[in-house]
Amino acid sequence: MVETHTFVVYVEDRPGVLNRVASLFRRRAFNIESLTVGHTERAGVSRMTIAVKADRTGAQRIEAHLYKLVNVINVEDITSTPSVLRDLAMIKVAATQESRSDIMQLVDVFRARVVDVAPDSLIIEITGTEDKIDSLLEVLRPYGVIEMVRTGRVAITRGTKNGSSGLAVRPPASPSDEAKVSYSV
Amino acid sequence: MTLTGAQILWESLVREGATTVFGYPGGAILPAYDAMLDYPIRHVLVRHEQGATHMADGYARASGRVGVAVATSGPGATNMTTGIATAMMDSSPIVCITGQVGSHLIGYDAFQETDITGVTLPITKHNYLVTRPEDIAPAIREAFYIAAHGRPGPVLIDITKDAQQRTCELDWDGAVPKPHKRPGRRPHPEDYAQALRLINEARRPLILGGHGIMLSGAMHIVREFAERAHIPVAMTLLGIGAFPASHPLNLGMMGMHGEAWVNTAIQEADLLLAFGMRFDDRVTGNLTTYAPNAKKIHIEIDPSEINKNVRVDVAIVGDLRAVLEELLPDVAEGDRSEWIDSLASLKGDAAVRDIQNMPDSGHLYAAHVIHDLWHATDGNALVVTDVGQHQMWEAQYYKHDQPRSLITSGGLGTMGFALPAAIGAKIARPDAEVWAVVGDGGFQMTMAELGTIAQERLDLNVAIINNGYLGMVRQWQEFFYERRYAATPLLNPDFAKLAEAYGLTGTTVTTRPAVIPAVQAARAHRGTVVIDFQVEQEDSVFPMVPAGGDLHAMIRRPSPSPIVETSADP
Ligand SMILES: Cc1cc2nc3c(=O)[nH]c(=O)nc-3n(C[C@H](O)[C@H](O)[C@H](O)COP(=O)(O)OP(=O)(O)OC[C@H]3O[C@@H](n4cnc5c(N)ncnc54)[C@H](O)[C@@H]3O)c2cc1C
Ligand SMILES: Cc1ncc(C[n+]2csc(CCOP(=O)(O)OP(=O)(O)O)c2C)c(N)n1
Ligand SMILES: [Mg+2]
Repeated sequence: MVETHTFVVYVEDRPGVLNRVASLFRRRAFNIESLTVGHTERAGVSRMTIAVKADRTGAQRIEAHLYKLVNVINVEDITSTPSVLRDLAMIKVAATQESRSDIMQLVDVFRARVVDVAPDSLIIEITGTEDKIDSLLEVLRPYGVIEMVRTGRVAITRGTKNGSSGLAVRPPASPSDEAKVSYSV
Repeated sequence: MTLTGAQILWESLVREGATTVFGYPGGAILPAYDAMLDYPIRHVLVRHEQGATHMADGYARASGRVGVAVATSGPGATNMTTGIATAMMDSSPIVCITGQVGSHLIGYDAFQETDITGVTLPITKHNYLVTRPEDIAPAIREAFYIAAHGRPGPVLIDITKDAQQRTCELDWDGAVPKPHKRPGRRPHPEDYAQALRLINEARRPLILGGHGIMLSGAMHIVREFAERAHIPVAMTLLGIGAFPASHPLNLGMMGMHGEAWVNTAIQEADLLLAFGMRFDDRVTGNLTTYAPNAKKIHIEIDPSEINKNVRVDVAIVGDLRAVLEELLPDVAEGDRSEWIDSLASLKGDAAVRDIQNMPDSGHLYAAHVIHDLWHATDGNALVVTDVGQHQMWEAQYYKHDQPRSLITSGGLGTMGFALPAAIGAKIARPDAEVWAVVGDGGFQMTMAELGTIAQERLDLNVAIINNGYLGMVRQWQEFFYERRYAATPLLNPDFAKLAEAYGLTGTTVTTRPAVIPAVQAARAHRGTVVIDFQVEQEDSVFPMVPAGGDLHAMIRRPSPSPIVETSADP
């Protein structure tokens, strides 16, 4: 069954790492829906959230291929782990004298915010799941969506586990440790 | 110890065990070349940087050690890409060092600037752009580690000119590779149990032996395994040599040009044991009809290979040798004579069609040349083949009993591979009798390396299988394009004279009786001999499973073969 898989990927914060990950998905013809990257609570470690359409075998292959990148520290497919998924959008919508209050009402219903007001347009900021943002977009369309920008999905699993603290980032290793550590392949 | 980056480069290579590098100088790598003279390194001056990478590859495949190639920035680096991609596809451990323009010039389209780490991203296991001398030793130590560990592969290190020129302290101990911990890759005990169950219950099992046997050093244990459980073994092209060809359990090569009985065995087997092979499409043919009756066990070090082409019932991710060591004690001794005898009976039909058993037509056939070469060298040569028909005939008719005695470009199918790879192999194993077996087309792609042979005074031999065609492509045109020979006939030079022009020895052979004497003369001669074997022009490799076709529907050599008349000069 093909569905959207969400991967949380910890990588070394080094030049070119994003390129390596993106190149892998392109080369293997995996279909990325969104990829976000940013710093973590830990210096030298970045975190990517990658949403990708795949079946189960495909998802396992993606994980295996990610581990083959030397700069990748940890990969987790959190698709079936209880998680909070968020996307952020800013939507510039046409707003006339008459439509303005209608739009404001919609903004309230969706718990979005107006972050800029111009004579003939508004900028709305909304955070939520992709579905929720899609729905808001749907109801705003009739008013005239002028421009939109979205961050793509970011994700974090619920509860206390995980985070980068448990990750071994380039631990000192002697060649005799080889059995325990490996550049996968 | 304060050193220049260039000195650190050689110091590190020497400490990693490199004794020979294959290279070609230029502006951006000049500081490194200057420093090289002070280190115990043999530098082999190639004639094209592609040759350097194939030599490093041949060196690695012949010896199991990491091969090293060196080139300058820009065109020197881009010339390496074919060899890097070849090593990537066939899991060969090489380290490529390239010079790069000064770090302050990067991004400014400086003279001979190419983003070679960008270019080689998808064809290296890993690569580095090094802009500071401090980073050279760590990059080299890590590169050697990555190239040789897990599933081997090529690593490229691009070093800016200023990083070669500036100085710093060499901190060797601080440069130790620090790999990340990976989550548990240990095979599950349940996987072992299930594998054992399948093995011990199978009535028609078959081992598919691949290149991974050699890479893992599992030759001995695979043999013990096969003998104990009485299971026949089929080889991939790159697996050839990992299990002795003369062993009664060895069936021969599988796949597109594999033996007919081997492919039949695969289709009839009830269990396939894939040992260090990756179910390449030239091995499986049509996936939907592949081995329909067989359960499959895949022992493989690279998790991304599992369920890639063929869905398997049990996957054990790990080093083949380690996994087999764990499994073997619980494998029941078996007697599978019935299955093995039934396979042997299939060979009768094939023998009738085998060109070796046909009456002498007076024509010289490539398959005869290979057969005689095998005979004359007692099967002990280290053969390096190029890509095409001759490559398949070599795989079919040279019987390899020793591991690492056949070196060939399988995954990328790189024409021009044989001559430089044979040079690398000879330098890695000076005591081996090395033969390059190469087509008239592929030879002309890298024949400039005859110059390298002459300059290095190497003693290897070259058998050109000269059919006047890009034979393998001609064969496809014959079978699938109504004999419309678009761009496949070749007008060739006099190869023997060409060899002489380089100060080597050249001979030409046109008849069967002249084959063995020519081979023996080449063996007795100190120095390289190039033999131009002028063979039947329109012969084809049989059997053949058309690309994507069913393994059991092979195109067979007509029996008995009507001898095809040699066509007029192309
Ligand atoms: C003209 C032409 C025709 C060809 N026809 C045929 C043909 O008829 N039959 C055929 O077989 N091939 C044929 N090939 C070659 C084919 O394309 C593949 O290159 C070949 O089948 C690959 O063999 P392999 O899987 O054993 O080796 P590789 O491609 O090198 O794969 C080795 C596998 O072993 C794994 N491995 C590595 N180290 C270990 C370890 N320590 N432990 C466990 N696993 C490990 C690797 O991860 C990899 O999956 C042809 C090629 C050409 C150019
Ligand atoms: C670099 C490269 N270009 C093109 C091909 C496609 N190709 C595969 S086999 C072949 C013909 C090889 O001819 P030759 O070297 O004469 O060997 P023969 O098949 O005649 O034995 C060609 C062109 C290739 N494998 N590699
Ligand atoms: Mg030819």
